[in-house]
Amino acid sequence: MSSLERSDVARLAALARIDMTDADLDRLSGQLAVIVDAVAKVAEVAGEDVPATSHPIPMANIHREDEVRPSLSQDDALAAAPEAEDGRFRVPQILGEEA
Amino acid sequence: MSEHTVDWTRATAARMADALAAGEVTSVELVQAHLDRIAAVDGPVHAFLHIDAEGALETARAVDADRAAGKELPRLAGVPIGIKDVLVTKGLPTTAGSRILEGWIPPYDATVTRRVREARMPILGKTNMDEFAMGSSTEHSGYGPTCNPWDLERIPGGSGGGSAAALAAFEAPLTIGSDTGGSIRQPASVTATVGVKPTYGGVSRFGAIALASSLDQLGPCGRTVLDTALLHEVMGGHDEMDATSLNEPVPACVDAALEGAQMDLTGVKIGVVRELSGADGGYQAGVTQRFDESLERLKGMGAEIVEVSCPSFEYALAAYYVILPSEASSNLAKFDSVRFGLRVEKTTVEKTMLATRAEGFGDEVKRRIILGTYALSAGYYDAYYGSAQKVRTLVQRDFDAAFAQCDVLVSPTTPTTPFKIGERIDDPLAMYLNDIATIPANLAGIPGMSLPSGVAPEDGLPTGFQILAPAHEDARLYRIGAALEASLTAEWGGPLSAQAPELEVAE
Repeated sequence: MSSLERSDVARLAALARIDMTDADLDRLSGQLAVIVDAVAKVAEVAGEDVPATSHPIPMANIHREDEVRPSLSQDDALAAAPEAEDGRFRVPQILGEEA
Repeated sequence: MSEHTVDWTRATAARMADALAAGEVTSVELVQAHLDRIAAVDGPVHAFLHIDAEGALETARAVDADRAAGKELPRLAGVPIGIKDVLVTKGLPTTAGSRILEGWIPPYDATVTRRVREARMPILGKTNMDEFAMGSSTEHSGYGPTCNPWDLERIPGGSGGGSAAALAAFEAPLTIGSDTGGSIRQPASVTATVGVKPTYGGVSRFGAIALASSLDQLGPCGRTVLDTALLHEVMGGHDEMDATSLNEPVPACVDAALEGAQMDLTGVKIGVVRELSGADGGYQAGVTQRFDESLERLKGMGAEIVEVSCPSFEYALAAYYVILPSEASSNLAKFDSVRFGLRVEKTTVEKTMLATRAEGFGDEVKRRIILGTYALSAGYYDAYYGSAQKVRTLVQRDFDAAFAQCDVLVSPTTPTTPFKIGERIDDPLAMYLNDIATIPANLAGIPGMSLPSGVAPEDGLPTGFQILAPAHEDARLYRIGAALEASLTAEWGGPLSAQAPELEVAE
């Protein structure tokens, strides 16, 4: 596995929706490359015959009747919104000018 | 003894509960004593992010009134508590140590918050933590670090440094923590307090702000094993609001702690994990010395000590730092500037998200989100996330083989005593090594405890002793832990926490 390049970090940051300045990229990409190289050793012992474990304790799905139960009121749900209007979350425009 | 000579902040939670029941003290007095202590020392310690003096006193007054009226009350009713800021508390600010949630007031209670309220425990406030519980030093809090009451220039561990420091500074007798890779046990180790990570699913995580959902577990923190057991029984139990909650009775932690305090471990087999024992080097001399002495004490109480080997643990740290960032990158996607938290307004919603997350998240959170996004991306998934999940299987098999030979496993909790603030902040890998001995338990979902084993002779700072038990066998931690604690405190003439240097008291 190859180490992480600065351009990879820039692309990943965009995917993760985190703006990064040149200074951020300079600082973080070196540290991230070291971490990625260190964790790559997981592949050394992961043989074909070893099953994957996603959860530590075996569990079964939980079902309940499909019935209405008390939940947050609309006011409570909107109380912490940065902006709300007509009982809904208000956001800046979704499409940019180029669209 | 006149009441003026009793400093209630030094008492155990069990003692406070008994004194309340006997009418020796009121809950209002207990709460006020702790609020006074917080006012006196929390400036420099900075264990708390938010204090709810009025709310705590209101609960205390109601408990005192009910007690005076002869009503039956839960055992810990009236005993104050601090709650890690990772748990949502209705009406009380909750940030998980992040600027992105600054000022957020949750509209609901976490299940554990509800249980604490039902136990009638006054909530003193919310304790500081590394941002979204990412860290081992509390230096990654968006609101400034917490300092170790044993030496204010040193870290109190993390991510639950606030919950541990509050105990060590006598600002609260009990606190709640969360442990994803050691965030309860490692802070306990470096502050000479006790912390337990229960079996995965033993405590409901509904309302706990998620870091890595397959690893996270909430747990109790105290200054003694019995106090920790009392809180464990308040927190634990099935909850239909958490799909991973175990549907089984709460372990009998208190009974186990009382049994352990009898100091008879005849027939108990204790395994020393070679790979976590420091036998291969890398552990501070005083940490190893206190660990070895503790083993001798356990042997002296009748336990049989065996050495076991868990060869896959060598890969546990790497697997953890693939799985955790992967799950965290997904869990933290909800901080998108739309429904709650920070919004840095730009012309479009996408630009707003980019700017909000850039400003709201700290460097460690950014590092881990990027790492997780990478590990989950097409072309890399099998090599990283897929492999890490296989390592998880190997770690579980190692534990299964080890527990076939003994009842509990033990190790030092963390390789060193607390280090200086700033020492490892620019070296993420060095920081990650603090959790080398605690991470395997999270990968396997098993319960673990850290309790004080002494202070290292070379620096006079606390060392911790870790006990691990098979899944669902949390009670074993309390039995063995209480036995070791009883033996050690007999020699020390009281709990180790009493030996912490006196903090300067603000005017």
